[in-house]
Amino acid sequence: MFRLDGKVALVTGASGGIGREIVRALHAQGATVVLSGTRQAVLEEVAASIGAEGGADRLHVCPADLSDATAADALVAAAEEKAGAPLSILVNNAGLTRDTLAIRMKDEDWSRVLDVDLAAPFRLCRAALKGMLRRRAGRIINIASVVGVTGNAGQANYAAAKAGMIGMGKSLAQEAGSRGVTVNTLAPGFIQTAMTDVLPEAQKEKLVGSIPLGRMGQPGDIAPAVVYLASDEAGWVTGATLHVNGGMAMV
Amino acid sequence: MSEIADKVKKIVVEHLGVDESKVTPDASFIDDLGADSLDTVELVMAFEEAFSVEIPEDAAEKITTVKDAIDYIEKQKAA
Repeated sequence: MFRLDGKVALVTGASGGIGREIVRALHAQGATVVLSGTRQAVLEEVAASIGAEGGADRLHVCPADLSDATAADALVAAAEEKAGAPLSILVNNAGLTRDTLAIRMKDEDWSRVLDVDLAAPFRLCRAALKGMLRRRAGRIINIASVVGVTGNAGQANYAAAKAGMIGMGKSLAQEAGSRGVTVNTLAPGFIQTAMTDVLPEAQKEKLVGSIPLGRMGQPGDIAPAVVYLASDEAGWVTGATLHVNGGMAMV
Repeated sequence: MSEIADKVKKIVVEHLGVDESKVTPDASFIDDLGADSLDTVELVMAFEEAFSVEIPEDAAEKITTVKDAIDYIEKQKAA
């Protein structure tokens, strides 16, 4: 079950904590994976380390700066060229934060997060859908966040982008459904990555206290959910938001 | 039949997978050729690409038959 042999996946933010585990998991299921991110050297390192266990020929690196609209528009075609085959799976995982309380939030903090975390995924979805609709097959998985549903003090920009991603996904799911293309959202809770490492210890302890399963998540907790949504077996799941958060928010 | 008409017909046949004989000027994409709303949007995009024209949303909505498409593109090309 959940094999992805012969499929081509594009994962953005592939050098990040969650991204590299998603790449590892999709690749382990047999997919050809194109890794995207801003740091080419790190992407190549990730690809080399995953490829060292075998199947290195199914890993490709395709850097892009998603804050640049032209680069985002061109990424799907560039990834297909690297892989030598059309895209079957798009994982919009790239994202960044510019946390601060709203009264101190600058326009630039707001627009940068909305650009990279919401506009760029839309651009990638749009580019990927054109081909997927024609081919009558495809899986789009957008990585949002629990805060897109619950909100979070200090993250008005990030929460808005992630909530936007959920609404966008539901709309695209309705547009693409008649062609057998599914669009789903995965909403991770608090995962131990570079993005959450910067939180103060006291806040992290408080967070863990609010998680019924009693620990922060690991990137490896997210990747299997992506594999499921990417699989043929998930063919009747679309417009869904899959929460993987240790029970922190039961929505 | 004009070159544009030939090309439009070819795109419709290719995209909708219908028999060429059914693609008459009066054929409606939705009522006669089995297209759904997504097909019509994809068709318009295919026309835009093939003829290097831009078909704005309000014009696209009025293109419901093969003839509509040919007329619109011929007018754009003549302008």
